[in-house]
Amino acid sequence: MKEKMVLYFPPTVTEQPFIYYLIKDFNLLVNILKADINPRMEGRLVVEIGGEKADFAAGLDFLQGRGVKAFPLEQEIIWVEERCTQCGACTVICPAGALHLDRVTMQISFSGDKCVVCEHCIKACPSRAMEARF
Amino acid sequence: MVKKTIEEINAKIKAGKAVVVTAEELIPMVKEQGVAETAQNVDVVTTGTFGPMCSSGAFFNLGHPKPRIKMAKVLLNGVEAYTGVAAVDVYLGATQIPETDPANKNFPGEFNYGGGHVLEDLVKGKEVLLEATAYGTDCYPRKKLEKMIRLDELPQAILFNPRNAYQNYNVAVNLSDRTLYTYMGILKPNLGNANYSSAGQLSPLFNDPYYRVTGPGTKIFLGGGVGFVSWNGTQHNPGAPRDAHGVPTAPAGTLAVIGDLKQMSPRWLRGVSFLGYGVSLMVGLGVPIPVIDEDMIRCAAVSDSEIFAPVVDYSESYPQGLGEVLTTVSYAELRSGEINVNGKKVPAAPLSSYYGARQIAQILKEWIMDGKFLLTAPAFNIPLAGGISDYQGLVFSDSDPARGCHNA
Repeated sequence: MKEKMVLYFPPTVTEQPFIYYLIKDFNLLVNILKADINPRMEGRLVVEIGGEKADFAAGLDFLQGRGVKAFPLEQEIIWVEERCTQCGACTVICPAGALHLDRVTMQISFSGDKCVVCEHCIKACPSRAMEARF
Repeated sequence: MVKKTIEEINAKIKAGKAVVVTAEELIPMVKEQGVAETAQNVDVVTTGTFGPMCSSGAFFNLGHPKPRIKMAKVLLNGVEAYTGVAAVDVYLGATQIPETDPANKNFPGEFNYGGGHVLEDLVKGKEVLLEATAYGTDCYPRKKLEKMIRLDELPQAILFNPRNAYQNYNVAVNLSDRTLYTYMGILKPNLGNANYSSAGQLSPLFNDPYYRVTGPGTKIFLGGGVGFVSWNGTQHNPGAPRDAHGVPTAPAGTLAVIGDLKQMSPRWLRGVSFLGYGVSLMVGLGVPIPVIDEDMIRCAAVSDSEIFAPVVDYSESYPQGLGEVLTTVSYAELRSGEINVNGKKVPAAPLSSYYGARQIAQILKEWIMDGKFLLTAPAFNIPLAGGISDYQGLVFSDSDPARGCHNA
């Protein structure tokens, strides 16, 4: 299984190498999509965690036992197609390749699967066709 | 040698017999059939462009209230319009931002609303808040007016854009180590991306590089309605360097255009926001090119691989006005999504919608094929480099050798 999660770290634990434990002790694949970690302050990580279902559950138990709150990623980015002018300005801003310009049709497509919810596109889109929803 | 007059072409359009193709469709036709045969077969080539064009705006007559007012300050949804004309006439510019906008005080500013958005709201049929104040005169005693207005209630609304349809434009890159927020979009540091803004082979003036059939009085597609070229645009620079085919390799000619805003569509007039820069208006514009001779076909058959744009550093060269060009790249390379600058592969993104440009050329083609859009000749030609200006009233002449599209 594979799931996008948001991990909140209280200030007391931000200096512990949780990702290392998840990989080494629980045999999980961890892909960091977005990180906001500051020493001795609250931190937030958006990660994609993949692996066996049992390992996944054990890994989350481990995190929660150490005071890390874990939630499934519910925020998503929406492409409002009728506002899109099909210009393409977003395609060099999106770091995940979720916004794509087809070179034949010259039309934009958005794949939510690839989106890492970094929100860069929201303000980069001149016609404001990208929106964040919770 | 093929020679056709605009009258002959119009007669064919009226009879439903005109052959109309888009500038994109023309390219393979000329490759297969050659210039002479294509010039014989095709009567009109349609072009299109749909991109942010800052020098845009509209004149409004807001109607006389009772008692009358000579408006000194006017806000439309909080965006100021220029009132230094007659009593209830104003001009709203596309890049005007509301007085309450924090602009770049909290850098980079978001610029979510401005003149371009007011124009879009009006053509959408939305109500817009008009606030006017005045000093009061004997003939115009009222000092204040506040009401909701809709486009269809206004006596006149005339889109008048002093500079549209730039013939070529810079490709913007960033050589510095910080992100830049420009009218060419967000430019990531150290050549992180290259932004460009032209429809290339579909763009009107690339297909009529010497302005032989595009000039004051040329009927065009403008914002979804019918408009006209009114003059050359501001910053018109016909003397920009050109290649052997006559195609400018730097920003060159521009068009001033005019049309009835009431006919236009929010699909082709769109308010846009550039982070850290400001607001603008995306304008949809298409020019029909009558095939008056073989040279016209030769010019209009230009393809993206034959059109080159200068790559300019927007961290230093552009803002300081140094005029340095890093390299030139073709629109074919740009449209592939990647260009090479200083030996580095740089992802390229358009600000101008090629998809929109293609649709405009298609729509204009359909209008002409349906017989509802006849062509007009320019009243006179806009200037070429070297003082070949036809402002004196010289009527378009197809024997003018300076305007030939010299093919190598």
